[in-house]
Amino acid sequence: MSEKIIEIHIETDDVNESRRDFLKNVGIAGAATLVASPVSVEASADSANPDAETTVAELYQGHFVLMSDKDKKKAIERLEKRYTAKYGKNTTVSDAPPLEGVLFGYALDISKCIGCRRCVHACVQENNQSRDNPVIQWIQVMKIPKGNFSFSADKLNKGYPESSKVGDYGIQVGGNAYTPVGGLSTEEAQSYYSQDEMVPDKNYFYVPVQCQQCEKPPCVKACPVRATFRDPNGVVVIDYNWCIGCRMCQLACPYGARRFNWGEPNLPPEEMNPKTHYFGNRPRMRGVMEKCTFCVQRTREGRNPACLEACPVGARKFGNLLDPESDVRKILAAKKVFRFKEEMSTYPKFFYYIG
Amino acid sequence: MGKILSFAMDFGSHAIKGGPKYKAWLLFLLFFILVGSYTAYRQLTEGLILVGATDQIPMELFFGNFIFTAHVAAAAILVVAPGYFYHRKDIKELAVIGEIIAMCFVATGITFILFHMGRPDKLWHMLPGIGLPNFPNSMLVYDTIVLNVYLFLNFAGVSYILYKKYVGEFDTKALARWFTPVIYLAIVWGPLIHICTAFVLSSNARMGEWATAVLPFGFLAMAGASGPSLVILLFLLIRKNTKLQINDSVIDLMATIIGWSLGIIMLVFAAEYFTALYSNTEHAASLNYSMFGHNGLNMYTPWFWGTVGSIVCCFVAILIPKIRKSYDLWLPVVCVVVFLAILVEKPMMLVFPAFSPSPHGEYTEYHPTLIEFFNVLFTWAIGFITLTLMVKGAVGILTGEVKYHKPAASE
Ligand code: SF4
Ligand code: SF4
Repeated sequence: MSEKIIEIHIETDDVNESRRDFLKNVGIAGAATLVASPVSVEASADSANPDAETTVAELYQGHFVLMSDKDKKKAIERLEKRYTAKYGKNTTVSDAPPLEGVLFGYALDISKCIGCRRCVHACVQENNQSRDNPVIQWIQVMKIPKGNFSFSADKLNKGYPESSKVGDYGIQVGGNAYTPVGGLSTEEAQSYYSQDEMVPDKNYFYVPVQCQQCEKPPCVKACPVRATFRDPNGVVVIDYNWCIGCRMCQLACPYGARRFNWGEPNLPPEEMNPKTHYFGNRPRMRGVMEKCTFCVQRTREGRNPACLEACPVGARKFGNLLDPESDVRKILAAKKVFRFKEEMSTYPKFFYYIG
Repeated sequence: MGKILSFAMDFGSHAIKGGPKYKAWLLFLLFFILVGSYTAYRQLTEGLILVGATDQIPMELFFGNFIFTAHVAAAAILVVAPGYFYHRKDIKELAVIGEIIAMCFVATGITFILFHMGRPDKLWHMLPGIGLPNFPNSMLVYDTIVLNVYLFLNFAGVSYILYKKYVGEFDTKALARWFTPVIYLAIVWGPLIHICTAFVLSSNARMGEWATAVLPFGFLAMAGASGPSLVILLFLLIRKNTKLQINDSVIDLMATIIGWSLGIIMLVFAAEYFTALYSNTEHAASLNYSMFGHNGLNMYTPWFWGTVGSIVCCFVAILIPKIRKSYDLWLPVVCVVVFLAILVEKPMMLVFPAFSPSPHGEYTEYHPTLIEFFNVLFTWAIGFITLTLMVKGAVGILTGEVKYHKPAASE
């Protein structure tokens, strides 16, 4: 690891780096305990669970979609009781059904986005993600160089192979090749720029990425137990209780949208959002997958997703793709719109546009 | 019933009997099982946060090792097939050892997958009937089916042959009607488990390095190299320490298979690297990262060149008759190198570097934790202890040391 890289990692709020360091420490600490006192580590996460009854019932709970209304009600009551006890807040778990005749779509104006990442934090607040060990954020904002600032006259005739009498082959290595040109190329993208960096940096533009709610989602295809599926509104959701934690969906997702609960999630009770949905922001457990759901708990009630409300520059638009009067439809009709990683043929319902 | 009981008893007591070296080997494995029980307990109670995987590299050492176990398990049919397809007398006797290898390695692979799962308690969700297997879409479902069927086929084959030999009723000409189909099915099933495992990887379009049509072929070739390496080592050990006769011709056959397989591996690598590097598009990014590093991150580079180098060297070495015939020194050395090279190839060349760049252009290195490492050793120790005991018992039966004595043994 070069010093340059280390510097970047230390300076930025590098979520994954810090987690990895933590892991290394755990590994070492684990080894230490292993030698010193093999029995002392009893502080397992299970003791934090106040409602053993729920745990037992959940052991043989079926796939939520296939459960009878009575069983669904029971499951919801169990969860509400457990969350209320655990977080000391009167928690509701809704199972509001999908809306009729609606296909949700999202549009994001990359010319407006200033990279402040308020959406990221609003999402964490709204959706009860684990704050620490593991740190889970569903939106990742890429900072991409606008391009062209490393072309130079000095390098004009540099590079390999050198030109010969016959003429140039074109440069294969070095010279002015390999210069970032922005666009939606992730080649020079950085996701871990510093928290207190001034944004926007005029040399960069910002591209927030979250689950793109693919119409043809590879994650759904890969899931061996159908724990993740596309709901009738076109949103891909997960039954956290049905997920077996195999991470096949994470392998399949071309957008890096899926997040895994590597350990018992840490959600401080005072920050917990008690208004939840079964397929959305209810607190998750260890060893299951989660990701953006376009805030099902809000959108099934006709509200906008939390990230949209948090955006200070109005770069985010949400709506029903089947309604010609909706914001998204108007944008699709009038703006220069494109999808991220179109070549993957996943047909996202998350669109980027230049406003 | 009495016969079966005495079969189990005699088999077991013969399996644990042995000289001091044998006992030491068992104790050595037992040590890792003991330590591993603790680390496994930690991981089961605290979750995968104790291993090195992250959202950037969600597959851990367990996954890499799992693929390797599939290699060896699939290759074990190479011991079974010559006897049944080509009627080679010298090897037909030994088919049961191939099946034992297959059985133990599939079981080890399944254990690795248990460690890989975030919710091992919910695995029943994959069972048809009570669960909801995503058939026919999910490749993991296919893989689970073929692995379990393979485990069952080999288990059936092994128990049948050993039991029949034990009671002295095994007659190649009068095999039970169901038995021959089972053996033939197991032989074709071997490559199948491998192809399915390759598809679990190559079905992910976004994993540039895996989404290639040569992956199953590469896997089969690696199986052909790593499996027979283990077989040769095992046969040499058996030949030296027991009364079981194993002809040189068998060892030579295995050595030939290793040579051919190493050649095919090289061809597959060359085809893959040429295709990726000639145009050097984004599909070659992970490969470039393995070969040369990226911005100073170059943890995988030595592993890459080391593995490729050892494969080439072993190929050259095994072509030399002197080495191939040096049963006491050089051949075992080559076999150990091939086995280890293909073992480390899995995590360090195939799995980890493939995750860089991530969908957001991140480059990462994977650092296994100590707990993860011990869990891997734990699983291997279980696998090898089963293999050792099974092979020991089986050799006892094949040589006739262990057999059924009518009145004396049970009553
Ligand atoms: S972006 Fe990823 S997680 Fe979201 S629907 Fe598409 S493949 Fe699935
Ligand atoms: S991690 Fe969960 S949601 Fe993802 S593929 Fe596995 S079971 Fe399905």
